[in-house]
Amino acid sequence: MRKAVPLLCCAGFLLALAILPAVAGGYATGLALKIMIYALFALSLQLLVGGAGLVSLGHAAFFGIGAYAAALLTPEGGAASLWWLLPATLSGAGLYALATGALALRTRGIYFIMVTLAFAQMAYYVFHDTAVGGGSDGIYLYFRPEPALGGALLFDLADDTVFYFFALACLALGWLFLGLLRRSPFGAALAGIRINEQRMRAAGYDTYPYKLAAYVLAGMLAGLAGFLYALKDGFVTPELLAWEQSGLVLLMVILGGLRRPGGAVLGAAGLVLLQELFQSEAVFGAYAQHWHLSLGLAIIALVALLPEGLVGLPARWRARHDGAGPAAGLGDEGADAPGPHGTTATTTRPADAPARADGRVAYTLTGDPHA
Amino acid sequence: MDPAVFLIHCLNALQYGLLLFLVASGLTLIFGIMGIINLAHGSFYMIGAYMAFALGPWVDRTLGGGFVATLLACVAAAAVLGYLLEAAFFSYLYRRDHLQQVLMTYGLILVFEELRSLLVGNDVHGVPMPAWLQGTVSLGGVMTYPVYRLFISAVGLAVGLLLYLVLTRTRLGMRVRAGASNREMIGALGIDIDRLYRLVFAAGVALAALAGAIAAPVSSVYPGMGSGVLIVCFVVVVIGGIGSIRGAFLAAMLVGVVETFGQVLFPAAAGVLVYVLMAAILLCKPEGLFKQG
Repeated sequence: MRKAVPLLCCAGFLLALAILPAVAGGYATGLALKIMIYALFALSLQLLVGGAGLVSLGHAAFFGIGAYAAALLTPEGGAASLWWLLPATLSGAGLYALATGALALRTRGIYFIMVTLAFAQMAYYVFHDTAVGGGSDGIYLYFRPEPALGGALLFDLADDTVFYFFALACLALGWLFLGLLRRSPFGAALAGIRINEQRMRAAGYDTYPYKLAAYVLAGMLAGLAGFLYALKDGFVTPELLAWEQSGLVLLMVILGGLRRPGGAVLGAAGLVLLQELFQSEAVFGAYAQHWHLSLGLAIIALVALLPEGLVGLPARWRARHDGAGPAAGLGDEGADAPGPHGTTATTTRPADAPARADGRVAYTLTGDPHA
Repeated sequence: MDPAVFLIHCLNALQYGLLLFLVASGLTLIFGIMGIINLAHGSFYMIGAYMAFALGPWVDRTLGGGFVATLLACVAAAAVLGYLLEAAFFSYLYRRDHLQQVLMTYGLILVFEELRSLLVGNDVHGVPMPAWLQGTVSLGGVMTYPVYRLFISAVGLAVGLLLYLVLTRTRLGMRVRAGASNREMIGALGIDIDRLYRLVFAAGVALAALAGAIAAPVSSVYPGMGSGVLIVCFVVVVIGGIGSIRGAFLAAMLVGVVETFGQVLFPAAAGVLVYVLMAAILLCKPEGLFKQG
């Protein structure tokens, strides 16, 4: 029974997003659109961090490349066809992920974090310092692409409501895809790599192609999110690739919790809403100007109090409620593990969390096999 | 290239590299010894610069002035700040994994930036250069070089030398080096590791603040000045190998040369070059030039 709860939550969340335009005004719809795009972005990074244990601090590069590809490939005089603009955008982000991932995956741990950051900064400076995309001023996108079929438009993305549902469909499909991927043999192999790469190699897996495939897939999904972002605002700047953006999306993933893709969505929604709350003058008055201060303090407090992220809350709460200690709640989570080997280990990982007090888990996370 | 112009660029590269080294040496020690990814390290550079701006007039009034006195005041204040921060916040991070450290120090950047905005505002401020360092040195012909930049290089070299002597010739330095290569072991050998951590952290903060304070008259102080330095310093630390002071020095020089000459020779690609350098080095040596030591 409990197995169905996360699924119901996902469906409920998507359903709520679907009926929102009918009941709420333009402000709420715009906010929801932003949440959906960031949720897709965070989901793509979740595949790397939560799926394969690869912490990237350069994920904004793919988001930005997706956005720039959408803006640059749209002709100045009119709309491009969705059928080639979307694949072109995805392959642009995917190719950059393939090229940089092939090199970056030779390093591990903290060095991997830094190399991904370096590659993202490279992309940032290309768009910032050269005239490719209008330099530091950015570039406008005047026409959303048109999904033509046999001379007629299937739907009109220029209409904001239609675009909203297009973004919702992208999010739902991306989420579904990642959920299925996680339950597939590929996802189990990634989980194995995250937990113990040496052992996976000993078991006969060539881990490098798995990691590279995950990296490229994550890059393409982030490119899709960037594509939607460019279409939403009609305006693209190099700041979309800045390292602050990479830090922000990593924050969403970790804030939400690494255990399941839903965590990324929750983290994205939580962070966007927190930003909105702290910026609101109605709540904070003149102090809203300094919203970064409250956001920073909130981040520190959340990480300190919720080491397992927001998705860990129900298990935590249940454990306290039953008075049975954290292990009871985590046993329930284990029930939805399909595979006997790799995935069982995935779900037992949070049980290690209390053991962090003695620093044992720190080893597995530094990613140094010789430690 | 004209030899005098070439010399000027070399001096600029040296000065920039030494400045980077001041910030990166603290970062690499904190990284290597305590295992903390401190994204807020750039903020200490920013704090140093703002302290030079804010403390300068105060030092002038109460202590009768003097640029060196201002610098010393900044360093002392930063060391105290570092000591307190370690006790109040960072000591709590040792038990957390790297991801959480990244997040919490990211949060700390936001807090520092916003406190700076509350206290000093968002304007760009100049910091006056002391009169005795305002002159220039002739390099033959019409070329001159500002004395102040030479002063920055001299301070950087002196601090680097001091750091080298402390690390290689003293008992404290021995413990720090031991901590960088195996921190569990020195704890087991009965070294008071909490105190060592606190001292190293305070020193790292003081070095970053010193860099900020001596750079302030040249760069002026402005919002967001910490984050630009932070990323370059991470590049330096990673190129040099985490925990290695020697590596950080070499890498800082390398980055200084690449960035300075990149801006002269390939202005359009200047920003990218440092990252190309880092990617190239890490692909040959996935753990940096000197892995600890």
